[in-house]
Amino acid sequence: MKVSELAEILGGELLSGNGEREVSGCYIGDLLSLAMSRVQADNVWITIQTNINIAAVASLTDAGCIVICDGFSPDADALEKARDEEIAVITTEKSAYEASKLI
Amino acid sequence: MEPMKYHFEVKGDDFSVAGENSSKVKKILRQLGFDPETIRRVAIAMYEAEINMVIHAEGGYIDAEISPDKVKIVLQDKGPGIPDIEKAMQEGYSTATNSVRELGFGAGMGLPNIKKYSDDLVINTVVGEGTRLEITVNV
Repeated sequence: MKVSELAEILGGELLSGNGEREVSGCYIGDLLSLAMSRVQADNVWITIQTNINIAAVASLTDAGCIVICDGFSPDADALEKARDEEIAVITTEKSAYEASKLI
Repeated sequence: MEPMKYHFEVKGDDFSVAGENSSKVKKILRQLGFDPETIRRVAIAMYEAEINMVIHAEGGYIDAEISPDKVKIVLQDKGPGIPDIEKAMQEGYSTATNSVRELGFGAGMGLPNIKKYSDDLVINTVVGEGTRLEITVNV
């Protein structure tokens, strides 16, 4: 599915990145080292982390999209880095469980 | 063929740029046409080591040597050293502070991940003087 479709399904907002990018598979987690080793290329990564390091992890793992759940928003510098690196970031009010069910 | 050599400086306690050098090496490897699995292993191992330097050691230096058959990353810091390597190699063991944990670090997966994703890992550490990590990923 495309990032833009994912944003729609989640009732979320796409803040950065390319909406046309194809994503597949999903990992949920907030510990960066675990995400680093578990997120596969093109995966949707669902987290409540909002600091700049999520952009580094997404970039290094080639994650397809970061979904920040439970109504949290990325920090300004995190969003700036995500935009620079063309990483898709979606925010949603849904919980990680609700989001993964919808996916 | 002579390996390509790169030198990086890591600033301590600056999480806003943590992982940036790993990103640079990843981009270089991609441009050189390395396979995605090798790139992934180098990226994860180097990122963890770079983050360790930021969290525990007030920064340091990284030297990367890229050859067609292997990628070698050497990280040198003047941090506190690792008193108990055996414990540090255990998954889940961490000495990170609460403020660092709030950022999502401190899972105790740093050194275990480096070991897991590299083919060879040599750790030289002296308490009070610093730590040197030599990570090799074979292509």
